[in-house]
Amino acid sequence: MTTGPRLDEILAAHAGRDGALLPILHDVQAAFGCVDAGAEAEVAKALNLSRAEVHGVVSFYHDFTPSPDPRPEVQICRAEACQARGVEALVLAAEAAAGSRVRLKTVYCLGLCSVGPSARVGDTLHARLDEAALVALVRGA
Amino acid sequence: MTVVRISDDALALACGADAVAEAFAKAGCTVERVSSWGMHWLEPLVEVDGLGFGPATPVDVAAILAGSSAKAIGPIADHPFIARQQRLTFARAGRTRPLSLDDYAATGGWAGLDRARRMPAADVVAEIMGSGLRGRGGAGFPAGIKWRTVAEAPGARKYVVCNADEGDSGTFADRMLMEGDPFALLEGMAICAHAVGASRGYIYVRSEYPHAIAKLNAAIGLAAARLAPFVVEVRVGAGAYVCGEETSLLNSIEGKRGEVRAKPPLPALEGLFGCPTVVNNVLTLAAVPHILHEGGASLYDSLGVARSKGTMPIQIAGNVKRGGLFETAFGITLGELVNDIAGGTASGRPVKAVQVGGPLGAYLHPDQFGLPFDYETYAAADALVGHGGIVVFDDSADMGAMARFAFQFCAAESCGKCTPCRIGAVRGAELIDAIRSGSPRGPDAVERAPQMHNAPKAGRTRAEQLGLLEDLCDTMQSASLCALGGFTPYPVRSALKHWPEDFGDGL
Ligand SMILES: Cc1cc2nc3c(=O)[nH]c(=O)nc-3n(C[C@H](O)[C@H](O)[C@H](O)COP(=O)(O)O)c2cc1C
Ligand code: SF4
Ligand code: FES
Repeated sequence: MTTGPRLDEILAAHAGRDGALLPILHDVQAAFGCVDAGAEAEVAKALNLSRAEVHGVVSFYHDFTPSPDPRPEVQICRAEACQARGVEALVLAAEAAAGSRVRLKTVYCLGLCSVGPSARVGDTLHARLDEAALVALVRGA
Repeated sequence: MTVVRISDDALALACGADAVAEAFAKAGCTVERVSSWGMHWLEPLVEVDGLGFGPATPVDVAAILAGSSAKAIGPIADHPFIARQQRLTFARAGRTRPLSLDDYAATGGWAGLDRARRMPAADVVAEIMGSGLRGRGGAGFPAGIKWRTVAEAPGARKYVVCNADEGDSGTFADRMLMEGDPFALLEGMAICAHAVGASRGYIYVRSEYPHAIAKLNAAIGLAAARLAPFVVEVRVGAGAYVCGEETSLLNSIEGKRGEVRAKPPLPALEGLFGCPTVVNNVLTLAAVPHILHEGGASLYDSLGVARSKGTMPIQIAGNVKRGGLFETAFGITLGELVNDIAGGTASGRPVKAVQVGGPLGAYLHPDQFGLPFDYETYAAADALVGHGGIVVFDDSADMGAMARFAFQFCAAESCGKCTPCRIGAVRGAELIDAIRSGSPRGPDAVERAPQMHNAPKAGRTRAEQLGLLEDLCDTMQSASLCALGGFTPYPVRSALKHWPEDFGDGL
């Protein structure tokens, strides 16, 4: 359940802020691992918006998810510069290493385009990945 | 005690800079964490008394301190990659500690803001106009004209918004500037605020840049008194590429879906929360402090070519030997950048294609290496300078797959507001699959429907499918609301034009 005192705290922390919805949703996502229908309803009430408006925003952005997924996440950049440095050849091995235990997420650019292939786990970045390094990263996630 | 300087830029960290710094600290050295010089193939780059060593690992520490390391590159400032640049926006790169107010003030920091605040606002706008500075976010719109529009717009409340959504693959200059010289961005925004009469600013940073977000928040805390009465706040994006488009970005700050707004009204007149708003890229705003130095505007105007004035922080990425940040006056040729400065491909194979200007920029063929870097020349060649990223591919690249990727990316990132982009991108990817599969395609379920009078009921030949692709590109180019749908045809068409053999048989 993603409502309750913790959500109230988040809402209170952003009270009166201009354009508070995205900062609130970021905090909700970070605290609960998702923004579910219950949280959408509470946020909508606090900001005097309709649930549809909040849901529209939640569903627009890649960073917000409707249900929690407790698996560790490894983000792999598959944009052009990392493709030019060979990321596509590593993907099958990464998927095999991930199995159903680790969630692999494709992202487009981590700003490390001169030293790709690159990946992100939490706020830690990894560059110059070859197959062995990426597989080790996924296994250790 | 030996002072060792190592960058704490996200790229250096990703390459292992923290472990190297720790090893030097253990060896009894004083470690200073500085910004990155931008020589990325050498990161983590270690500096001891002006001499460089890289790419360093903890194992190299003893040899570096003994002066016997094989990773020595000599004096960093004399390295050809640095010596060939003309650094104005990145003058501090590698030289200062990002969050040191002392370092910032000692290297000319705040001089532009102090001078600007002694001048009437209109004179500040005139200096920006006179410098020839154009927007570095992609469109190259003259910054001075945008500022003047906002300055002259009626309204008690005005905003300065910094676009730090840097989503283009192959670009990282905004990130490096925010992490390495955050006060310069804040100073540029404060000068802009003074010039247009704004009291509040936002920096919209993509969520993929946690290090930049942390540095900016820390810098704002440290510099708040300096910036006052101007107040700045960081807002974090949520993984949508299209939010780099300025009106989508404004919607996002307002807490809405990041859908593109129709223009007019221009954001300069009705922008954030309906108020007159300057939206400028990080590099545009970070160029402002040095332009506002005494004589800075005329220096800027004296550099570059034709209507592309000043310097461009070019980002060299992809399959290159020497990737990194290369700031230079406009006019440098693509061949010089790729062959001389970047040293060709990292794989050692021949260069096949270079994408300039991000995912919406054309793929250029080595036959076009004579093209000088400037907005108008590129536009005339159906190409894009954009945010100045260049991504090099070797001969193993499949340009048909890259064309498909362009559509796929557009489909994934479309804001969905207009049909040519929302539907066209999906259809484009299907069409390229059909073309590359080589077999003539029969009518699909929609085309067989009786109400689809104009759809051919027989199979389509390859030539017909290519014709359809051209039609689709025309439609997207001329009827999309913003450049996401409108420019996706450029990488597609350039790939088809230069490398038709990568689109299957029959061409
Ligand atoms: C799909 C799309 C993405 C964009 N992404 C960015 C971006 O990440 N950063 C940026 O500064 N401008 C981006 N732009 C350009 C902005 O709309 C706008 O032109 C720019 O922020 C204006 O600032 P400037 O004049 O300083 O370049 C993008 C445009 C489009 C159509
Ligand atoms: S071109 Fe695409 S991203 Fe731009 S407004 Fe239309 S649907 Fe949105
Ligand atoms: S393209 Fe992968 S980090 Fe930029």
